[in-house]
Amino acid sequence: MPIDIDIAHVARLARLGLNDEELVRYREQLGVILDHAARVQAADTDGVPPTAHPLPMVNAFREDVVGPSLPNAVALDQAPDAHDGYFRVPPALETE
Amino acid sequence: MTDLVDLTIVEAAAALEEGSTSAVELLEAVLDRAALTEADLHAYLTIDHGGARAAAAAADEARARGDARPLLGIPVAVKDNMTTAGLPTTASSKILEGYIPPYDGTVVKRLREAGAVIVGKTNLDEFAMGSSTENSAYGPTRNPYDTHRVPGGSSGGSAAAVAAGSALGSYGSDTGGSIRQPAAFCGLVGVKPTYGLVSRYGLIAFASSLDQIGPFAKTVDDAALLLDAVSGPDPMDSTSYPGEPPRVGGVEHEGPAGLKVGVARELSGDGIEPEVADAFRRTVDRLADAGAEISEVSLPSTEIALSAYYLIAPAECSANLARFDGVRYGLRVPGETVEAMMSATRAEGFGPEVTRRVLLGTYALSAGYYDAFYGQAQRVRTLIIREFDEAYQKVDVLVSPTTPTTAFEVGAKTTDPLSMYMSDVCTVPTNLSGQPSASVPIGVDSLGLPIGFQVMSPALGERVLFRAMKAVEEVAEPVARPRFSEVAS
Amino acid sequence: MTWEPVVGIEVHVELKTHSKMFCSCRVDFDSEPNTNVCPVCLGLPGALPVTNRRAIEWISKIGMALSCEISTRSQFHRKNYFYADQPKNYQISQFDIPVCHDGVLEVEVDGAPTTVRINRAHMEEDTGKSIHLGDGGRIHSATATLLDFNRAGVPLVEIVSEPDIYSAAQARAYAQTLRSLIATLDVSDAKLEEGSIRFDANVSIRPTGSDVLGTKVEIKNMNSFRSLEKAIEYEIRRQTSVMEAGGTLHQETRHWDEEESVTHGMRSKEESSDYRYFPEPDLLPIEVDEDWQAEIRSTLPELPGARKARYVALGLDAQTAGVLIASDGGMSALFEDAVSSGADPTAAANWVTGEVTAHLRREEVAVSDVPLTGAHLAELTAMVDDGRLSATAAKEALAGVLGGEGSPTEVAEQRDLIQISDTGALEEAVDAAIAENQEDYERLRGGEDKLIGFFVGQVMRSSGGKADPKMVTEILRRRLSE
Ligand SMILES: [Mg+2]
Ligand SMILES: [Zn+2]
Repeated sequence: MPIDIDIAHVARLARLGLNDEELVRYREQLGVILDHAARVQAADTDGVPPTAHPLPMVNAFREDVVGPSLPNAVALDQAPDAHDGYFRVPPALETE
Repeated sequence: MTDLVDLTIVEAAAALEEGSTSAVELLEAVLDRAALTEADLHAYLTIDHGGARAAAAAADEARARGDARPLLGIPVAVKDNMTTAGLPTTASSKILEGYIPPYDGTVVKRLREAGAVIVGKTNLDEFAMGSSTENSAYGPTRNPYDTHRVPGGSSGGSAAAVAAGSALGSYGSDTGGSIRQPAAFCGLVGVKPTYGLVSRYGLIAFASSLDQIGPFAKTVDDAALLLDAVSGPDPMDSTSYPGEPPRVGGVEHEGPAGLKVGVARELSGDGIEPEVADAFRRTVDRLADAGAEISEVSLPSTEIALSAYYLIAPAECSANLARFDGVRYGLRVPGETVEAMMSATRAEGFGPEVTRRVLLGTYALSAGYYDAFYGQAQRVRTLIIREFDEAYQKVDVLVSPTTPTTAFEVGAKTTDPLSMYMSDVCTVPTNLSGQPSASVPIGVDSLGLPIGFQVMSPALGERVLFRAMKAVEEVAEPVARPRFSEVAS
Repeated sequence: MTWEPVVGIEVHVELKTHSKMFCSCRVDFDSEPNTNVCPVCLGLPGALPVTNRRAIEWISKIGMALSCEISTRSQFHRKNYFYADQPKNYQISQFDIPVCHDGVLEVEVDGAPTTVRINRAHMEEDTGKSIHLGDGGRIHSATATLLDFNRAGVPLVEIVSEPDIYSAAQARAYAQTLRSLIATLDVSDAKLEEGSIRFDANVSIRPTGSDVLGTKVEIKNMNSFRSLEKAIEYEIRRQTSVMEAGGTLHQETRHWDEEESVTHGMRSKEESSDYRYFPEPDLLPIEVDEDWQAEIRSTLPELPGARKARYVALGLDAQTAGVLIASDGGMSALFEDAVSSGADPTAAANWVTGEVTAHLRREEVAVSDVPLTGAHLAELTAMVDDGRLSATAAKEALAGVLGGEGSPTEVAEQRDLIQISDTGALEEAVDAAIAENQEDYERLRGGEDKLIGFFVGQVMRSSGGKADPKMVTEILRRRLSE
């Protein structure tokens, strides 16, 4: 299939603030890699289920028991900005 | 007398046990070696002098009280993508510069509990993405055999440290060959265990369904000790294997006689450098001479394994690395809005290879492309597993060269991502299948650079894997340890 | 052209498990900010999720109560989008194989039953909370945002209906019925005002009679049943006027503004819907096999539908039964207590839905805060039945019980509310009234029946209001026939 990459859209989805020159370069590189990766499309996979986990295991659970949490000071210790027990960030432009 | 740092772990443990040396003495020898080699090699990002000295002293005290656990007092290094409480953990990324985690990952915790002495955190390709350890935000690691060459990657620092003697053993992580390929380049044994045998809790995720922690060592027996110390179920990792782990230490080795060895055709032919191919062939012949039954096995889908890998790994990485956003830890580049802050932080904090893979994975998962790329890669993964399973109906282990070439020169592949990716061509299939595989050194090329031999086995077949590794080690040509007075001069 | 609305509802239910969905942090909304957090729910590098078994049991329970099929094998996916209060910038959710699918919920509006199909109920994790600092906490003029991750990773069940709802009133009824079902299952606090149950509505309109769905608008931020109904009504009006003016609607998310009673479009980028779902590699598939399903099914309480049928069989009318079931859990428990203590079901239901409910509302207290028991209600209805309390006196006695003065008998005695039903004493009083009003008595005998009231009044006065008027009437009639 022809590979057509809206690189600016992809960069926005990934929250990568790249400049125009970088976008052009990455689009070219992605094109080359995807060309190679597209070889998977030649494989005959009719009726072949996808593998998400290499080992066929199921049901790993924990019991509903409360364990220790981090103290607030430890939770915030590495924060670039904290205030009054909270993490602080610049305002949101949009809401989800 | 040989330098303490040239001892194998088995030898060092014996010396500690008989009292001819102490953990403190062993550690000081390792630290001296690091002082000698680090300026040239840059195997470590952080050396924990204080913590290691305290652990060594504690190990000596424990031994005096009769404690004789196998790793007690043994100086080991861990890749800097494994979290260590109170010790910087950066994954070689600028986005985690100075980051100090509040917790030990499971492997680190088990090492501490085993009495091992953690010397420090080793360099890697940023977030384990790369095959040369050149993609480190803190500068590359060099190959101890030739400092103009790369040690391989992404666990290049862990490999260089053991080869150089600045640790007796070490741990790396392997997502597409990141233990086996640097082991091959640095003349070491390197093991990628069965997916799930070693907990990933505390391993900074690159591609969660492929990542696996494993050891580097000078010998197969050392590697067995290192693996046994950390393997086994972990309630903190849902994907860890819940059963009794196969123990590989202290196994009575049955030797090569009668071992059914399949040469993986697609991983051993085209594209393998002649000197590597010759060394591989000679080793296979020696195994046959020693009584192993050799056959050739075809695994057709492994030819597109690399393509599948370069869809699955980036896709998972694009989500795994989304948490690095400047909100809770790590780098923050200011912005007017939280969105602007995140975009600026990530653009500034990630290096080019990481950025490339995040973009690639985001694209491969995005609306309209999922089935053609990610979905198809997962189906190819099924094909690869089926072909391996079928092969293991006929043979005990599969073998191939670990890498198509020996260590390449620094800078040789940095401008062409695809050529760099090709160095993983022999190793990625077992990451996709989840099955164990290892690299064992089998000699050197005409430049004196080590060559690796890959052994693969069925899932949870670590015992037969180690039997075969031991057989390879016995028949292999010797690989001299690198010499350091020259490096240092 | 006339337009008909089509509504689908998405509900998020926070489960009240002890610990979070994927880590062992406490689920507690009263804690100081960022104190119920750990490497897992803060999304620290290297941390991994492990699924809470009880959450899987509880979502299965919800699914069973909604007559869903329970998937024998389901899977978690990652839903990728960046948001500051989402620690990993992906939400662990479910995509193509949810735990529960294809159910129904029967809903009644003004006595008219309707069936709303349930598309799915899936398991996911909640986000943290954002506090927007600056101008009155309004998001668009905020100067900074504070983040608290105590809620991040709390188990969340999302229940998605089919677009089977055709009015705001039906939507409200659906929401109320579902909330009461969740409350009965005892798996969530299910409080709208606290956000432990949250309703979003997908609203579209189409020409009446058409079977094609129109452009769907999602409305959010309704924190009461009333605002849900009002928001949908508003949105139907807004969409209708856009269409009637020849405009076009576009798919979007709108926020309900309670103060202004309007919905506002949100400034959001067009990218937001590309969630790049893929199977969560850190978690294994979930298999709820038949044995486990049976075990979960055995823990299901009596569901509202079955309970309502039982109440009707006890003699309650459907509406009263419905009111009892829809009100908070404590009310129907009180009713059941009263009945099992021997109260007449209809009388007990009337007390519970009438006087008791009115009192609780007036005093703004919960049924668990008052000392009234089912046994008290049984005693009260018995006293009314055997004539010891008049209807008015019974209300006063109940007020005393609610005020903590003791049992109905104790209150009635203390407040001197017991009717005189001692026949001898009443006969004396009647005879005295006859003796004092001979002339009137003769007229009564002569057929002026309305004078009965006069004599009853006389006896009531002489007894200080405590005579049982029914008995007084009976005695008078007996005298007249003698
Ligand atoms: Mg949801
Ligand atoms: Zn937590």
